[in-house]
Parts: sequence; C-alpha cells; structure tokens
Amino acid sequence: MSERIRLVVDGKSTEVSADPAMPLLYALRSELGLDNPKFGCGLAQCGACTVQVDGRPTRSCVTPVGGVKGKKITTLNGLGSPARPHPLQTAYIAEQVPQCGYCLSGWMLTAAALLRDTPKPSDRQIRQALAGVKCRCGTHMAILRAVKRAAGSKA
Amino acid sequence: MSHAPFSRRDFLKAGGALVISVMVPGAVRAAFGQTPVGGKPPLTPDELDSWIAVLPDGNVRAFFGKMDMGQGVDVAIGQIVADELDVAFERVNVVMGDTAFTCNQGGASGSTAIQNGGVTLRYAAAEARRVLLERASPKLGAPVETLTVRDGVVSVIGAPDRKVTYGDLIGGQYFQLKLEWNKRYGNPLLAKGQAVPKKPSEYTVVGQSIPQGVVADKVYGKLQYVTDVKVDGMLHARVLRSPTAGCGPVTIDESSISGIPGARVIREKEFVAVVAEREWDAVRAARALKVTWAPPCTPFPAMEGLYDHIRQASVTGRQAPVNKGDVEAALKSAHRVIEAEYQWPFQSHASMGPACAVADVRADHATVWTGSQKPHFARDGVAKLIGLPPEKVRATWVPGPGSYGRNDAGDAALDAALLSKLTGKPVRVQYMRDEATGWDPKGPAGIYRGRAGLDAQGNVVAYDFFAKGFTRQDVATNESDPKDTLAGQLTGYPPKPTVIFQVPAEAYEFANKRCGWECIPPLLERASPLRTGHLRDPLGPETHFASESFIDEIAQAVGADPVAFRLKYVKNPRHAAVIQAAADRAGWSKRPYPNPRRGKGNVMIGRGFSYTERNGTIVAMVAEVEVDRRSGRVWAKRFTVAHDCGLIINPRGLELTIEGNVVMALSRTLFEEVRFDREQVLSVDWTSYPILEIQDAPEQIDIVLVSRPDLAATGAGEPATRTVPAAIANALFDATGVRIRRVPITPERVKTALARA
Repeated sequence: MSERIRLVVDGKSTEVSADPAMPLLYALRSELGLDNPKFGCGLAQCGACTVQVDGRPTRSCVTPVGGVKGKKITTLNGLGSPARPHPLQTAYIAEQVPQCGYCLSGWMLTAAALLRDTPKPSDRQIRQALAGVKCRCGTHMAILRAVKRAAGSKA
Repeated sequence: MSHAPFSRRDFLKAGGALVISVMVPGAVRAAFGQTPVGGKPPLTPDELDSWIAVLPDGNVRAFFGKMDMGQGVDVAIGQIVADELDVAFERVNVVMGDTAFTCNQGGASGSTAIQNGGVTLRYAAAEARRVLLERASPKLGAPVETLTVRDGVVSVIGAPDRKVTYGDLIGGQYFQLKLEWNKRYGNPLLAKGQAVPKKPSEYTVVGQSIPQGVVADKVYGKLQYVTDVKVDGMLHARVLRSPTAGCGPVTIDESSISGIPGARVIREKEFVAVVAEREWDAVRAARALKVTWAPPCTPFPAMEGLYDHIRQASVTGRQAPVNKGDVEAALKSAHRVIEAEYQWPFQSHASMGPACAVADVRADHATVWTGSQKPHFARDGVAKLIGLPPEKVRATWVPGPGSYGRNDAGDAALDAALLSKLTGKPVRVQYMRDEATGWDPKGPAGIYRGRAGLDAQGNVVAYDFFAKGFTRQDVATNESDPKDTLAGQLTGYPPKPTVIFQVPAEAYEFANKRCGWECIPPLLERASPLRTGHLRDPLGPETHFASESFIDEIAQAVGADPVAFRLKYVKNPRHAAVIQAAADRAGWSKRPYPNPRRGKGNVMIGRGFSYTERNGTIVAMVAEVEVDRRSGRVWAKRFTVAHDCGLIINPRGLELTIEGNVVMALSRTLFEEVRFDREQVLSVDWTSYPILEIQDAPEQIDIVLVSRPDLAATGAGEPATRTVPAAIANALFDATGVRIRRVPITPERVKTALARA
C-alpha cells in the first residue's frame, strides 16, 4: 500500500515512499526529517503541526500525504532564515514572543498568510485569523504585538 | 547563549585539563554521570569546577542545576555570572539540564531558579573571580587590592598595560577548589566560597533587558525539542491506557496488529505498549490493538457530585498553620458573621504537546533524553526502575512542549526507559493527545470556606479560612521514585501520596485569625487519571481565588472600598506599597460597589482587585472586565499588575513572564475543568478541555515592576498566577452584582447566575 509520492517542501522537490493515507506530518517528520512542524493533538485542534500548502495554512496532522502530491509545502523553517527573515520572524525575535515555542508553526504560518492577504490587519482581524491556534504558555499578548509589528502597525 | 549542553565552541584537551565532549543527543555514549574524567574533580556541589569553567579563549561556562522553561532564567543566570566575574554577558554560556555536567539544584521548581539557584551561581562566580585575582597578583607583581577586571582582563589600577586575561590565568584548567556546601540537593542546595559577592549598586549586567538568544532558534524552526531526538536504531512506542480508570489488561490479541510492519506488543504486568520501527506504524498499532480489560470499575463520583463528595469524605490529614488569638470565641461574640464557600475543579497541565522521551538502556548504563523540568530526578527514577545505580544513568533535558509543574514528562521518561529495557533497543515514546490531557497528574479539586466575624463598627474581629480537598501530591513533585509514575504504579510500585495542602499567603493582620486545611483520600489509589500533582503554582490560584474573593465579600458587607479595606489590615509596608502601586497605576478611585455605572446595554463593565504573596514575591492587580448579559461571556479587557520580586535581574524578561502567568491563569479561571464520569476522565483533547483562545486574550496587561534592588531576588514564574482568579471574580461582581464562587467562570454559569439574580 506504500507508494512513491512527490512533494515540494520549502522549495525543494523530494519524494517519500509512504501509505497515501498517512498524515503529512509523519511524512515531514519521520521520512524527510523536517522536525519543525510538531505533533500537538493529531486532531487539527491546536495548530502545532501547521504548514502552508500552496500558501494555505493547513493542519498536517490530519492531511493525508497522498492529498498533497506535487503541491508546494512551506514549513516554519521555510518561511525565512536568519539571512532572509520573514517580517514575522524578525518581529517575533524583537518581541521575544515564545516561551516553550512548541506552538509556533501554527501561529506564525497562519499569521503569515493573514499578512499576505491583509497587509494591515486590525486587532479584530488578527484575533479572528488566529482563532483555533493554541498556546499554553500564555504568550498571546506578545503574539498580538508581534503580528502588529510585522504589519508595520505596531500597537 | 545556547540551550544545547555544549556549543560549537567546545574543545577537548587531555591530561589534567578540561575535557568536555560535544554533546549531541544520540551522538555520545561515553562520559557518564559523576565519573571523573581527565582530572576533573567529582561533580559534587562542593567543587568550584562543578559550577564555573573558564575556557582557553576566556569564555565562561556556568553549570546550572535548575532549568529554564521558556522564561529565560538561563539568561538571568548568565547576567548574574557575568556581573560577578566581570566578563561580558556574551562570554557566558549557561549549561543546564544535563546530569553529566550539572549538580542537582532541583530543576525547574517553585519559581526558585533565581531565588535559590542563582544564589549559588553568584557565590561560585564571585569565588572564581577571587581565585583568578589571586593568581594574577604574582604574575602582575601587584597586590590583589590594586587589581581591576574588565571583560575578563585583569589589570593593575592606573597601569592598564600590566594585564593578564582569565584565559591565560586558568583557561582550560580546573580550579580544584573546594566550596562550603550545605550538604543538600534540590532547591535548598547552597554552596559558597570565601568571596563576598558584589553589592547591587555595582551590578552592570544585572538589571538589563537582555533578550533570549534561543528565541531565534525557535522562530526559524531550528530548535531541537525532545520530540525531535533521534537515536540510531530506536523504536517508536505508544502506550495503551485502560479505557476505564483502574482496570487492567486481561487478554491481548497480538494478531490484531499483525498486518502492521514491525509492530509488536510489549507488556510488563499491567503496563502495555506497542513498538514499531516507524512512528506512524506505532500509532496505527496502538489504535488497532485489541485488548480486553478487566471489568469496568467506577472509582469516581458523578461529576456533579464532586463537591458533595469532598464535603463528606474522610480526612487523611489536617493542619492549621495560621492560628492567632481565639477565632471561635471571637466568632461567637461577633456582631455579625459572614460566610462563603468556593469551589475549584481538577485541572490539567494540558501541555502544548504530549510528553515525549527517548531512552537507551544498556546492560551497565543508560541514557534518557527528557523534557522533564527535573532531569536529575528523572535520572534517579529511571535508575530505580531499571535497576542501575544513578551514576550509571545520564538524563539530558531537551526542551519539551511546555511544562508547568509535574506534567506528563516524568511519566514518559520512565515509560521510555522501561520499554528500552524490555526491548533491548533505544525507544522513543510520545503520548497521544488523549493521554496528555486525560492521564497527566491533575491540579487538585477542593472546597474553600471563609468565615469572618465583624463588630458593630464593621471591623473584622475574626477571620477563619479552611480548605478541604485532595492533596496536591498524590504523586510527588518529581519522578525520582517509580511509585510516582504510571510505569511504576503499573508494574508493582504502590503509590504513597503525601498529605500536603496550602493556606492563603498574605499579610492581613486580623486580631483573631486561623487558616487551615483538610485533605481527603484519592478517588482511586493506583494509576489514576485523577491523581494529583503539582500544576503551576500548586494550589495558589485555587486558594487565593477563594481567599481574595472572600476579602472582597467582607469589604462589600461593611461597605468598604476593596483597596482601602485591604490597606486597613495590611500593615507590612512592602505589601501595602504593592497594593497602592496597582491601585495608583489603574487610576483606582473610591466609589460604590457594585458598579453603579456598569452600563445599561448588553455589556456590563466592572473592576476587581486582588493581592497575594508567594515565597517573598508580592503581587497586586486590578482586572477590568466586560460581561455580556446575553452570552454570559466574561472578557478580561485589561489588567494592571504591580509586582515586587525584590532585585530585578532582567526587566523585559520579567514582564513577559508576568504576562504568561496572567494569561494562563485567566485561562484556568474562565475555561478549564477536567470532566469525568463514574468510570473515566472525559477531558481528552482541546474540545473537551478548552483553554483560552486569542479572542479572549486581554486588550492590555499593564505592569508596574516595583524595583527593590536592596532585597534578594525572589521568584516570578508563578506568583502572578494566584492573583488572577479573584481579580476576575471580584470584577465580575462589580459589573453584575452577582458573586460567582465556582471556577471555571463559564458563560453558562454566568448566564445562570444572572438569570437567578
């Protein structure tokens, strides 16, 4: 039941041999060694496993790997780098957002899509866009500051 | 700064010099525990080399036996060490969380990283500086008193060309110097040398808002978490917990997973797990495995009867640590007596990710990678469980998915060790969500009763506060004994709860005052999903939700302003100053209570005050809330927090830590309650155990840091947590005239209470 599935992850074309019903999260973590999407719930309830699939924030823990053949997948690691940071990454560092940091993929990849589509979001729009993403350390205030900073509209 | 045990600057020298291997999980099998290597003195707290190392390039390693859980206490420790040693902060690398290189200072525990842990690091760094100056003196031909240090360069005052660096003086060699040690391990550990540390007025690095370097690794997705540790040849495991609490496996149909590659069942007594080479196969096997369990038992009361159960339960222990005057007599003679009862439910750590651990158990040694906030104790528990001496076990902390006390990480460490022993291979265990929320040790449920006696003028003549509930330690604060873990309890280690509770921490001076508690037996003795354990600020939010709500109820009964009422009875000037600071910053003005201008529309507004103390840290806060009459939703729009933890090491880090406390406590106040039925815990994911979402985050948290540089630094990782719940309940009363005495303050409860009012 395994088959070869081509994926484009963080700009690199690659292939995994896997059951197409296996969640994308396990393909990224176990087969490709990309550890930055995290297992949080396996139920699409928290966001820790978030990647962007063709630009859309997607919970990889419930997305069958067979369903994203050939699609463009972006992980937190692929969002930017110290040499070419995404504005959110710069803002997150400036605001010192994370505590444990395990939840970051959900917040940052969701907010990145928001800022792409709505470059100057209101506080309300930010909160709406980030609904359903969990953070247990309670860093929500810093998250809001960082998204606003990245949008150039620092609170 | 690096969270990795050793950075790329690592070096290796032989023959009496420092020998430090590059520690990458999975890459190292040698260098165990307390075995001296290369002339290094034993890793005991009475050796200066156990705390400080100077490298040949003059950089410094500080070995910290506590842990950072994301608030940046390692940065603060680096600041302390940099100041005492007179080196730039950038030169200091704080190593923590590895039993091979740090002494057991208790791990993350009780907000004592700086309060306790930092004291020994400060003494050690001061002693290292003293020794270095002594060594420099003959080299420079000048008495020690005439020497000065700047960024690790010792020079003669007035003759800056006569100089020598720390690196030249000792770099790469050991100090070989004894410290005076109080012979304690854990939080009380204290070691000091002859040197007198600097005065606070001399600090230049302490007091700066130095950011956490590790944040960048996190936001670029580069930080390795414990869930990401890989060891050659490791198996993936998933455990199976009983579908109803308290029952055990009877038969296991191994053929039910025969179609899954490499999957097999591992069983030891009542402990059941599956292993496979690929993680997804382990997950599938755990789902597919057919197990028949012993007939369901019904260890729990119906959830709606929980507080009746507590009221009626037998008592396992009772204490009244505060007992001043004659409370009973004063209550009898009082003009008027006010009484109230408050309730707090079981709560879960509900860490962001289920716990994970990797263990590699060999015949004569073992290694475990754990997210536990107390790796030294995890080492001890693993050693006992697998039958090795602790010095043959090395535990390495790797950042985990949140912590907040005795969460599920300790259980995962022992599960992984047991499975590695049983399979003879390295094993990685990660729980699934239902195990993380459903089976972690829980914050205890309890009831809290206040009684106050008033005289005819409205003065408090008697104050009586009594709690009754489950102990906070069915399992201990750490996993150093298998009896305190699921793996242990399922393989024959009988649990032994500690009877321990909490009384309010504040400075109210009532002439007759009594505060006490009673504990009741656990609902299920062994391997219970409702076993209690430490959850961030153990019993702090629970107790002070009640005590600070009750203070407001007394103030309201006598028609007093809540701030003025508190200040009337709090004589301690430091405490009073914090209360005043919160009130001043919030622009608190006296007015009737509840709010006469609460709003006539659907949204009612109110403000609430609360004040608490925790191990020397004083917090007061004002919460301003909006209550939606139709939906019952309470939005804590704004907090004003005054916080006094003595000397402030890193102001920005402190503010962010306080914010996290406030938001997590807000979540616990408004949303969190472990649900269960007669057979099992029903809170198993984020739907059945909801926490705060960003819509419910405040608009603003305004923080006043009350700086007391003359006073020793106390903790900040928990104190603001306990102040939040009553501030919300008091604000809710101000907004609505309705008093809610049960947490969580859900929209349904608010609506019901408003309808009854």
